[in-house]
Amino acid sequence: MRAVENALGIIIPDNARIIRNLITGIQYVQDHVIHFYHLHALDWVDIVSALKADPAKTSTLAQSISDWPKSSTTYFKAIQGKLKSFVDSGQLGIFANAYWGHPAYKLPPEANLMAAAHYLEALDWQRDVIKIQALLGAKNPHAQTYLVGGMSIPIDQNSENALNAGSIAFISGLAKTAKEFVEKVYIPDLLAVASFYKDWAGYGAGVGNFLAYGVFENDNESNTSNLYFQRGIIKGKDLSKVFPVDHTKITEYVTHSWYEYSDGNDKSRHPWDGETNYKYSGPQPPYEYLDTEKKYSWLKAPRYENMPMEVGPLARMLVAFGSGHKRVQEVVKLVLNHLKVGPEVLFSTLGRVAARGVETLVTAEMLPVWLGQLTENIRKGDLKVHDGSKWEPSKWPKEAKGYGMHEAPRGALGHWVKIKDQKIENYQCVVPSTWNGSPRDASGQKGPYEAALIGTPVADQEKPVEILRTVHSFDPCMACAVHVLDATGRRVTKIRVV
Amino acid sequence: MKGIFEGFPEDSVSPFERLQKRGVSRRDFMKFCTAMAAVLALPETFAGKIAEAIEKAKKPSLVWLEFQDCAGNTEALLRATKPTIGEIVLDILSVDYHETIMAPAGKQAEKSLDDVVNNQKGKYIAVVEGSIPLKDNGVYCCIGGRSAIEIAKRVCGNAMATIAVGTCATYGGLPAAKPNPTGAVSVKEAVPGITLLNLPGCPVNAENITATVVHFLTFGSLPAADSLGRPLFAYGERIHDHCERRAHYDAGQFVRQWGDEGHRKGWCLYEMGCKGPETFKNCPAVKYNEGTSWPVQAGHGCIGCSQPNFWDDMSPFYRRLPKVPGFGIETTADKIGAGVAAVAAAGVAAHRIARAIQGKGKEEDK
Repeated sequence: MRAVENALGIIIPDNARIIRNLITGIQYVQDHVIHFYHLHALDWVDIVSALKADPAKTSTLAQSISDWPKSSTTYFKAIQGKLKSFVDSGQLGIFANAYWGHPAYKLPPEANLMAAAHYLEALDWQRDVIKIQALLGAKNPHAQTYLVGGMSIPIDQNSENALNAGSIAFISGLAKTAKEFVEKVYIPDLLAVASFYKDWAGYGAGVGNFLAYGVFENDNESNTSNLYFQRGIIKGKDLSKVFPVDHTKITEYVTHSWYEYSDGNDKSRHPWDGETNYKYSGPQPPYEYLDTEKKYSWLKAPRYENMPMEVGPLARMLVAFGSGHKRVQEVVKLVLNHLKVGPEVLFSTLGRVAARGVETLVTAEMLPVWLGQLTENIRKGDLKVHDGSKWEPSKWPKEAKGYGMHEAPRGALGHWVKIKDQKIENYQCVVPSTWNGSPRDASGQKGPYEAALIGTPVADQEKPVEILRTVHSFDPCMACAVHVLDATGRRVTKIRVV
Repeated sequence: MKGIFEGFPEDSVSPFERLQKRGVSRRDFMKFCTAMAAVLALPETFAGKIAEAIEKAKKPSLVWLEFQDCAGNTEALLRATKPTIGEIVLDILSVDYHETIMAPAGKQAEKSLDDVVNNQKGKYIAVVEGSIPLKDNGVYCCIGGRSAIEIAKRVCGNAMATIAVGTCATYGGLPAAKPNPTGAVSVKEAVPGITLLNLPGCPVNAENITATVVHFLTFGSLPAADSLGRPLFAYGERIHDHCERRAHYDAGQFVRQWGDEGHRKGWCLYEMGCKGPETFKNCPAVKYNEGTSWPVQAGHGCIGCSQPNFWDDMSPFYRRLPKVPGFGIETTADKIGAGVAAVAAAGVAAHRIARAIQGKGKEEDK
């Protein structure tokens, strides 16, 4: 959508910009919390150990880190009772066959119980706060109000079929609920859990290069660089210099991917000239092994100036930090001081988890700000949500090309389009998990997941929870699969990544 | 159809007792059962029967498979509502395998699936999200080195019943849109002959999943379906006939431009390409996200996401349908048949560009 707006030179109305920021903003906040509690926490939290916790001590622990009201002994006792009855049922469902009791779990039973309680609370919370997106986007997931040129949700304070004062009150209330949970539950839990796993600041560094397209537009041009979280590149872990992003320096290799390029597989191509000619050459299923010397992935290998790049919350927060984003700098320093560690720990599995928390908090703080901007526009009588000047394809130039840069919660998302005779001539997407999960390129450079796993200690090769910690810390695109091989090429494990 | 309780030994602790231990009151539980009766279009008196059924059974096992999907239906499941539905689903069902939310990975995850398939043959419910590619020996979707088609045959073939959720699993969806490079097909085509219910939608409405499961628990059978395998309680009526903006259609009041006066006043979106007149689903009644909204309420036409081949046949999404004949509200998908879809398909070639733009312009990466 943004790629087409860019190709056609469309400037969206201010209200559309704000509504998009609100939809993206609540998606970040909700998605990051789900990632922490429901997709990643169980790599760090031993649910079964929570049964041994002393509810009174758990209450003391919880009250020492937050004034969240649900922290009484009675409350934790009730949660423990629920867990016990669940375990006693003998039907453990999604919790069966996990790594409970594994030596890599370091939290005391009380911290495990506290986290388990918040796992359940977050399940209810996420369902409520995402209604901001449902209201502005028609439904969640898969918002349906995006249009080339703006948004389809009308604004009219005198209509009950448009965004009005009631809608603003609804969003405002949920934004408050969202921020409160992040401040009083997520961030304190994150800090408490991290304090037991400081050794994970030494693992999972990855490639050390970071790409952020930046997000949350401050003005209405497509691909503006006037963004709340800045656009930029960090190379070789050097935060003192943030380089500008030039999209023409992005190319993709297929050397180790199951595709072929018309001019040879050792060259890379810019997305405008991208090709997606698939040709599978791997083993026939069922198979146990993939040979990484050959082609081994459906992902292409994106590179910036021929370098692999990590994308995601860590990349965004490092670029913002290096670009002088005051609030991000404050919160990052607060986290580092709390854990009594230096900024070098940011380049790690733990750093990735912490950056996601920092971003969630700073984004949650912006929701009321954007809502205020929307309210002010309406107050002034600006109800415009869509620029229809290029709606009809007959008004388009004979040829056009554009690109759209966005930041999905899990990282930099770019779309490139070429339009000819009112039709798409070429369309290429380079998505976050392609950057992070990239296979090797023509010169053998590893992508972020592969690089991050080097040196990760694994206590029990049959139960590699340590590997999950690092892979999950990237928030890989759901239902992708990662294969990990040991030095001899023997398959160590297959990981379903979520 | 075998009753769901067959093979589920009655537990000493019923699901309702478990719910009580979790702090769910009898009142909340009955409210849930009443709400479910409403979704299923049953008289309120059935709430008691639903409650009885839920209380009686040991938690049935459910395995959730993901193939060529975006996990949108999984996300939808996480938004399931009605009195504390997330908790209730956790307590009513034993979700033994779900790649996105399960704690174990790798071999341990595979063990969870094997345990169900081997030990509970014919007694578990399989849910499938995503299409299944058949071309080239199924190499386009492998999990743990096994093809989607092999996994689907094994897991769905041994299940008591299979529920296909979302449009990809029910009709092939986006992966099967032209030119369908991977030979993606629906569960019905991939594993013919199984007991199957289709719950299309992009994503599926979580209310309809919950209602289907409750129907199953209550009556021991799948709900009645149309010829496309969709339950009539959710897909029996046309969006157009129950649309909150229907009166404006009848009065000839149409939105002409995004943001115009009619748009702000909630007039009919037919001229903006709404596919409500060809789409069968209960969106106007149940909406999404606990009744927060749905596309038409948010000022955007229906794109027909619960209809077969909607990416090809319902596009261009913003071109208005040929004049809609005056169907009565007694019309079902089966009565209309393929006629309308064929008319819609004729318009596709000329305006494919608009479809492509909107289809690829989503800002999500899931």
